[in-house]
Formats: sequence, C-alpha cells, structure tokens
Amino acid sequence: MDTKATKAIEVTDLTVAYQETPVLWDIDLDVPPGVLLAIVGPNGAGKTTLIKAILGLVRPAAGNVLIYNKPYAAQRRIVGYVPQRGTVDWDFPTNVLDVVMMGRYGSLGWIRRPGIKERELAMLALQKVGMEDYRTRQISQLSGGQQQRVFLARALIQDATVYLMDEPFQGVDATTERAIVTLLQELRENGKTVVVVHHDLQTVTDYFDWVTLLNIRRIASGPVDDTFTSDNLRETYGGRIAFMKNR
Amino acid sequence: MEYFFLLLQNHYTLVIVSIGAALLGTVSGALGTYAVLRRQSLLGDAISHAALPGIAIAFMLTGTKTHLILIIGAAIAGWLGSLVILSIVRLTRIKYDSALALILSTFFGFGLVLHTFIQRTGNANQAGLDKFLFGQAATMLKSDVLTIGILGGVALILMLIFWKELKLLIFDEGFAASIGFPIRSLDFLLTSLLVIAIVIGLQAVGAVLMSAMLVAPAVAARQWTNRLSLMVIIAAAIGAFSGVIGTIISSMTTRIPTGPTIILCTTVIVGFSIVFAPNRGLLSNIIRQMKNRRIFKRATRKTVLGERVQHESNSHVA
Amino acid sequence: MSLEQSYVLLIAIFTASACALPGVYLVLRRMTLMSDAISHAILPGIVLAFFLTNNLSSPLLILAAAGTGVLTVVCVELLQKTGLVKEDAAIGLTFPALFSIGVILISRYSNNIHLDLDTVLLGELAYAPLNQLRIGGYELGPVSLYVMGVLLCLNLTFILLFYKELKLVTFDVGLAATLGFAPTLIHYGLMTLVSMTTVGAFDAVGSILVVALIVGPAATAYLMTDGLTRMLIFSVTVGCMNAVGGYFIADVFDVSIAGAISTLTFLVFGLVFLVVPQRGLIAIAHRHMRQKWEFAQTMLVIHLLNHEGLPEADEESEIAHLHEHLQWEPTFASKVVKYALNNKYVSQTATRLSLTDRGRSIARKALVQ
Repeated sequence: MDTKATKAIEVTDLTVAYQETPVLWDIDLDVPPGVLLAIVGPNGAGKTTLIKAILGLVRPAAGNVLIYNKPYAAQRRIVGYVPQRGTVDWDFPTNVLDVVMMGRYGSLGWIRRPGIKERELAMLALQKVGMEDYRTRQISQLSGGQQQRVFLARALIQDATVYLMDEPFQGVDATTERAIVTLLQELRENGKTVVVVHHDLQTVTDYFDWVTLLNIRRIASGPVDDTFTSDNLRETYGGRIAFMKNR
Repeated sequence: MEYFFLLLQNHYTLVIVSIGAALLGTVSGALGTYAVLRRQSLLGDAISHAALPGIAIAFMLTGTKTHLILIIGAAIAGWLGSLVILSIVRLTRIKYDSALALILSTFFGFGLVLHTFIQRTGNANQAGLDKFLFGQAATMLKSDVLTIGILGGVALILMLIFWKELKLLIFDEGFAASIGFPIRSLDFLLTSLLVIAIVIGLQAVGAVLMSAMLVAPAVAARQWTNRLSLMVIIAAAIGAFSGVIGTIISSMTTRIPTGPTIILCTTVIVGFSIVFAPNRGLLSNIIRQMKNRRIFKRATRKTVLGERVQHESNSHVA
Repeated sequence: MSLEQSYVLLIAIFTASACALPGVYLVLRRMTLMSDAISHAILPGIVLAFFLTNNLSSPLLILAAAGTGVLTVVCVELLQKTGLVKEDAAIGLTFPALFSIGVILISRYSNNIHLDLDTVLLGELAYAPLNQLRIGGYELGPVSLYVMGVLLCLNLTFILLFYKELKLVTFDVGLAATLGFAPTLIHYGLMTLVSMTTVGAFDAVGSILVVALIVGPAATAYLMTDGLTRMLIFSVTVGCMNAVGGYFIADVFDVSIAGAISTLTFLVFGLVFLVVPQRGLIAIAHRHMRQKWEFAQTMLVIHLLNHEGLPEADEESEIAHLHEHLQWEPTFASKVVKYALNNKYVSQTATRLSLTDRGRSIARKALVQ
C-alpha cells in the first residue's frame, strides 16, 4: 500500500467511448507527485478526453481514476483545472479580477460570496502571472496570451496540489509561453504535480520532465529522457515525424 | 383634456396595471440577462409558445380560469417543451435551431387544437384563454399582480442565492463542473427560473411577444456595462421602466394594446443603447476610429523620415 | 367529399409542399429561426399592403410583405455585424419589434379594415375557399389555391435551377465564394422565397404554424436520409402526408385544421425518430444492447493484450480479479468472459485467461482504428 501513496494520479484500465467509438482504450497511467508532465499525441488521440476523464467530466465506460489514492470527487479541493481558452465566451460581462476569483468558488461552497480575502488572493495570483495592472480590464479586451494568464491565475488561486491544463500554450505569444513555463516549473519546485496537454514536440524536452505518449491507448509514459524516444514517437504518430530524426 | 379625464377615471386600473407591468419588466429583464448571455435568447420564445397547450389542458381539467392554475399549466408545458428540445438535440442530428422551431410551432399548434376544441364544446368560460395568445395587460387584476409579484420575487431570490453558481455555469461550464458544481441541477434551476419569468408574463404580453421582454432589456443593458451584476440591475430597470411607460402610453390612446407598446418602448431603448452607449456604442466606436486614424496619420507623417534612417541602419546590421 | 372540402385539402397539400422545399435548406443551414422571425415580422408589411389593396390575397400584398421579410433578414444581419449583439439575440430583438408595429396598426385601424389578429396569427384553412378567383363572372376556384400553386412552382423552379449552387452555399460558403457563386445572392434569393411562401401560407395556416410546415417535414426528412435530393423528396412527401392526415383529424374532431396539421407534424417527427433504421431511438437502443457485449469483449482482450508478457500479467489475467481491473460488476464480468470464451477470443488455463491468436489480432485491430 505504501508504494501507492507515491502516485499523485493513478489511472487504471480507463476506457472512454463516445457513442460506440472508443476514444481511450484501457489506459493505465501513474503520475508520481512533483512532476511536470506533458501529454503528447496526434489530433484525436484523446488527450483532452483523458484530462476530462481524470476530472470526472466524462463518464468512462470502464476503469478507475484515483488522485492521491481517492476518487476525484473526494479530492476536488486539491485539483486545479485550466480548460482550453476557446471554450468560454470572452465577451461575458466581467473583468479580470472577477474571473480569477472564480477559482475560489469551489472552496467557498454554496451561497457564500467572495470577499476581501479572495480579492487579496486573486491579486497575488495576478502578480504571479504578471497581470496585476489588468485587474479591472474587461476580459474581451485581452490578447490570447493575457487570457491564458488569467486562466492560469484562476487555477493558482485554487491552491491545488495537482494541476491539469488543456493546451495552455495554444495561440499565445512567445513572452507568455516563457512566462507560463517558468510558472509551471516553479509549481513543480514547490512539490505540485502539473499535467499539461501539449502540442509542440520540439519543446517537450526543454519544458517537461515527464511525458505520456498517447494515441487512443497509452504508448509510453515516464521520464522524458527514457520515454521521448523516436521509436515511441513513431509508434504514437505512425512514422510521420521526420524532424525528430536526430533523436 | 379629455384624455386626462379618462386617465383619472381609470386611475385605479392604471396604477394596478402599471405595477404589474413594472414587476414583469423587472423579473424578465433580470432573468433574461442569463438567457441572452447563454445564447439562448430564443428559448424563451419556444417556452412561451409551448406553454399554450398547458393553459388549455389546465382549463379543461379544472374548468377554472384562475390565473395561478393556468400559470401552473403553462409552466409545466413550457418546461416539457424545453426538455423535448434538449432531448432532440442530444439524441439526434437535428440542430438546436431546428429543434427549437419545431417544438415552438407544433406545441403551439397543439394548443390551438385544444383551444378550438374548448370553443366547440361551447364553454362560456373560455373567453379568458384568448389573452394568453395576444396578451391583455389592461385586464390585469390586483390578484394577478399579486401572483406576478410573489412568483417573480421567488425567482429573483433564487437567482440571488445561486448568483455565483449560475454565473460560473454560464461563463465556464467545464470549470464549474471540475470544482464540483452540479451542472445538471443548476441547468434545471436556470431553465425553471426562465419558465417562471415567462409564464407570469403570458397573460399581459402574450405568447408571441413574451420572448422580447426577456431579450431586449438584457441586450440594451449589455451596452452600458461590463459587469454582470450591473447588467442584471440595468436590465431589470429598463424592463420596469418600459413596462410603466408602455402602459401609460397605451392607456392614453384609444385602441393601442399594452404589450406591443411595451415591446416598442424597450426596442427604442435598445436602439438608443446600441448607438449611444459609451465605449461599446456605435457612435463612440466611430469617434474612436476617426481619432485613431488621425493619430496614425500624424504618426506616419512624422516618422517617414526617421523610419527610413532606421530601415537603412537595420539593413546594414543584417 | 364536397368541392369545397377538396379545395381545402388541395390548398393544404400545395401549402405544405411549398413550405417543405425551402425548409430543407433552412434546416441544413441552421437558419430555421429566421423563418420564425420572418413569419412574425411580415405582419406590418401585410397590414400596410392591405390598406392599399384591401385584398388579403393580392400579389401586391405578397410582394410587400415579402419585402418586409427580407428587411428582417437584413436587420438581423446588420445587428449582428455591429458585434454588439449575438445572432440569437438579434433575431429575438427584430421580429417582436416589427410584429408589435403590426399589432398596433391592426388594433388601431381594425374598425376600418377586415383584418383581425386571429386570422393573421392562426389562419383558418376552412375559410380559404370563400375567397374565389372571379374572371368575367366565372368562379375559377379559391385564390389561395392559385397563390400557393404559383409559389410551389416558384420554389420548385428555384431549387431545380440552382440545385448545385444551393448545395455548395449550404455546405461550404467559403468555397462557393471563391468559385464566384455569390453566396449572398443565393442567400437572399432563398430568403425572398421563404418570405413569399410564408406570406402566401399565413392566409391558410397563420404565421406561427407556417413554421411547423417549414421546419417539421425537413427535420423529419433529415432523420431519414443522408442524400440531399432524397431529403427534398422525403420532406415534401412527409409535408403532404401531414397535411392530408391533419385535415381528416381536424374534420373528425372539429378542431383547427392548421393546428391539427402541426400537431401531426410533431407526432410524425416523433414516430420517425423512434423507428427510423440506424438513427432511430429503437435502433440505437438495439445496437447498444448488441454492442455492449462486443464492446466489453473487446475491452477484455485489449486489457489482456496490454499486460501480456509483462510482470503483472498473472495478476491482471486472473478471472476472479478481472472485474476489479475493468470496474465491472462481478456477474457482468463472468458473463463477458463466457462470451469471449465462446467466441474463442480467449482461452482459460486454470484460473487465468490468455489470448488466443484470434483474440490478439482482434485486440490489435481495435487499437489501430
């Protein structure tokens, strides 16, 4: 049992199907605490679905997910989620600070509203992502990179132990990308576990220390150095990755 | 002078109807904000049309025209309609708009069948059903206003209690689910609140125009603020204001129905807001564009020389 | 059946067919709510034209009202283009405003004109034959019949002529534009037809139920087929059947014909939704049952394959523990094992399962797709 405590996320035999089409097949995945993990795979590999299944947002046909040995519902407080930026209406009438404070809604519980304490926490989180000057800005007036930072700040304020992020680098500028990477690595230094759906194969070795290669089933998972091999990549992508030759 | 005399004579009725219209405007303005932000502006239209058979069935079962009983019938049918729409979208390839239009028109048609059926049986009481179609604000009674006030008040209180939950549901459903909000229940709650806002207004405004009571104030309010709380308050105020003004205008002139007058008042406010609202409005947009163009022109004129120098030095470096 | 009754039936059939044709394109283009908007918003056009012509079936009235319909479309699109109002809200703003103007005009001048709200909103098919086309003292049949006949021909001609263009614009606006097919022109052509059809039909079925005639058959047909041509044919067929069926239902129960037609429209839609092969509810449920076992079996073989030859394989292939790994009910797990054993996908040695060659290839195949 002791060995099990060393798993931040433990996915066993997870199968997810939309209608009758399998999206994830019999996935086993152990994520040790304190790693910065990239989930990599081609389009339609089920990366987002895996994140959603871990969060209990899609119902698996079979299998089980544990976060620090307990089902997700019992561990909600220690999990922070950063959805894809495109999933929300950025013309919604609200400002940056307000969106960040939404990260506290879960721990506030029913009826109670965010107050001064939440506001202070939100300001701290905004400082961390370098957005404190934008706190009263209407969210539609933000650039893509700024929107992503706001989402990150909202996750930070959750003060989670495990973070799940869906394509945080999608459509952001180079400065934001560097800022996000620094932040993610800082989280890892503080013992947090960060799982990131990632698209850009070129940066995997620079940004992450663990990687999961996914294409409907799990191809490989482990430390980047052992796992991010051309054999595994070929198996994941079906041999269409000429630029990785030198690895 | 003659009008004024008439006005005084009808004073009591006018006050009652005005209060009723103001209450209606407040409730539908506030709750319509959620519908508009959720891009479900026309769900209200479907619910108000789908409510019709419910009114007819409630009447056939109970034989009374009691406002509250007919409202309950309307609410059940309206709810059922929105449920069928969601099921069609979930289970078939039919898209949201088609499902909405289908339910809207066919439920209404069924209501019409029941309506003619009631007429055929010659029940003298049936006259009261007509007003749910076209709305007759002028016939509002004190008891009707009380029903509107209580039901609308309950809906608004529920909205305030679940303020942050509903807000997050509309803004970011996935995140709301991830932190453990019961999405389905909240969805159920929101639809129920919309149904309440709609059925209490049917009698006064009618099935056809009720949806505009939800949509128009919210659209106008959106132009004036970037905050949800303010948007709800402004929308409620615009709804109430148009309700009162529309009632007064239609009472001062002969044969101008109240419902459409209220809708036109709101529409005028929407038009004004879209053009004149600061920041978002069309006019301020045009002014901003002109200003930018001028600044840009001046800037380019100034930097033409400097840029050329810079360009040359850059190419030199390269 | 009297002559008058057959006239009514014929008008119903003509109206249903004329509406069912453009309905297909509205459903596919996700623009059905535009027909709802148009059908309400043409009211002021009808009223104003009625002031001029004093005749509900005059061609001028149809043109004027159709103009209002197109104006509605333009209004909605302009509102959307400001970026301040989303599409659904733009529709929800425009048509109630125009409808309100129409209602106020009618109430204000209803003493002077023979036009009441009930007729416009609800229509009454039974009265349609009263308005006869008279030329030189001869009664040549109801005006509505001619109006709807002409509109049906117009819609049919438009769709036959521009079949390819309509298809392209519906499927891929961008491509249509680059190929020079003027999507805007096609769009407004279609909207003009919808407006005219709506105006022609409101006389018979009223402005709300015309939406049922436009959307209902097209949506029903959409459940039945994947081909555009077949969808058009099915749509018209379903529309006509609804019209005829609704007429007789109304006759028996002595209720509104238009109401009966749209009620039937919903029932037929529901019935098709239940029984249509492959996409229907019954077919889906049936497939679910059948595939549940296939699916579970595939899951089992993939599970075995994933752990084959690995250190934990013994533990993972233990029959008694399978249900834990796959999160199944124990009884369900043993049924699946039996199913897979029957199909010779797995074989049993003592208390453990192992894959047969057949099972292994099935598992691999499942993973590759």
